[in-house]
Amino acid sequence: MSNSKIIDQLKKNQILELLKEEKRIDGRAFEQVRELTIDTGVIPKAEGSARARLGDTEVVAGVKIQPERPFPDTGDQGMLICTAEILPIAHPDVETGPPTPPVVELARVTDRGIRESKMLDMKQLVLEKDKSVIGIFCDNAVTDHDGNLFDACSYATTAAINSCKIPKYEMKDDLPVKIEDEFNEPPISTLPVSVTMAKIDGYIIVDPNLDEWSIMDARITITTNSDGNVVALQKGGKDGFTQDELVKCADISVKVGSKIREIIKQSSSGED
Amino acid sequence: MGGRDTDVVLLDEKGVRCDGRKINETRKVSITAGVLKNANGSAYIEFGENKILVGVYGPRDVHPKHLSDTDTGILRCRYHMSPFSVGERKNPAPSRREVEISKVIKEALEPAVMLKQFPRTAVDVYMEILQADGGTRCAALTGASVALADAGIPMRDLVAGCAAGKAADTIILDVNNEEDQAGQADLPMGYMPNLQKITLLQLDGVLTPDEYKKCIEIGIDGCKQVYEIQKKALQDKYFSKDGDQ
Repeated sequence: MSNSKIIDQLKKNQILELLKEEKRIDGRAFEQVRELTIDTGVIPKAEGSARARLGDTEVVAGVKIQPERPFPDTGDQGMLICTAEILPIAHPDVETGPPTPPVVELARVTDRGIRESKMLDMKQLVLEKDKSVIGIFCDNAVTDHDGNLFDACSYATTAAINSCKIPKYEMKDDLPVKIEDEFNEPPISTLPVSVTMAKIDGYIIVDPNLDEWSIMDARITITTNSDGNVVALQKGGKDGFTQDELVKCADISVKVGSKIREIIKQSSSGED
Repeated sequence: MGGRDTDVVLLDEKGVRCDGRKINETRKVSITAGVLKNANGSAYIEFGENKILVGVYGPRDVHPKHLSDTDTGILRCRYHMSPFSVGERKNPAPSRREVEISKVIKEALEPAVMLKQFPRTAVDVYMEILQADGGTRCAALTGASVALADAGIPMRDLVAGCAAGKAADTIILDVNNEEDQAGQADLPMGYMPNLQKITLLQLDGVLTPDEYKKCIEIGIDGCKQVYEIQKKALQDKYFSKDGDQ
């Protein structure tokens, strides 16, 4: 057993003992999210940006917007691409190099939450059909890793896109030309919010921190939209869920998600 | 969901789907266990138009060595699509999608396999999608379970895969490629019927909480049907007259 595994095992015993008494290692209730703060507009050169701190997990998301040639089969829609990367400053175990499967999963789950919710009305992001569309790229940089990167990236991405300004373009000789200092509001239709739950020894806890994350049996990330519908979901980890647990998790994600959505709304309206 | 405009009628007024199925009907599934000579276990599965070959090697030495675990054997999975498996040629290099699917299938199989008795070893599961037609991850998972059992790996249960989803405002079982492209939601699922545990679950597309519950319910039903076919494949190989001893 490596050193870190021994520590994990010791912490696991402690976490399990506490869970039996309905307590968590950092004192939270089972369905309590860590303190969430979101600041938008933190990167002025980006068309939209947000820094989300979820407990000690921190993510900076930046939106860049530029005209793109559309994909051949979606010439009537704008382009949206979300990525995520865990920076080596975020944790001693993070190494540079090509993305590992967990990082690929993080990026794809982040992208899916935004895409499947249809947060942006992509049909409104067309400059000229089949020729030029607006591309929205939201890149997440994890700067501090204390567990549950899925939700931190979800909140940073939603807040950054929600607060972005889309430059205006006009078509000249079939080419898009930017009109300086003129912007449109993004065509936002809903605010997707993910809620990740860990299953440890049969207990379901919301927003696991890194200690809980390291020893959990399974996890589930459920993204809901402003109407309280489920729009994306990802199960992970070495165990499964029962049907009843899945129904319970969906209920929790709707309930917890609506509170988080309010925090994201306030961050973008400058009331923070 | 792509939500692309197509001319395909996903569901006609009689409740018949574009490939002639009823809303709660799976595609035809056939599985053959033990189809490869060199692999320790293998399976060939046809799930509708999906054609998938799975080979299992191990328990065997782990390379690179640092991945080995002194407490348990490890499971490694590779889901890979052949370049000729889809309409337009797919680049053979593993895509990000394949990396993610490999990971979720691995995590769907891990609750079923018992590798504690094989410390410092690896069990490798290779799934090759020879032809894809929607729902490949569920089909690959289904075939992988059978191949693992065929390899004699101790297992708590088989994992059966089947998707539920929504198309033409109706909850449907086993989403095919057209329904995935033009439908409203796809919820692939992996289920262990004996242990009653869902070990693979993903969703893209919008579902109300009630639709979500319904999808899980019929998804479990679909997995149970697939499970019977998995068991039959193993019985055909091991309990038939001219089968293995």
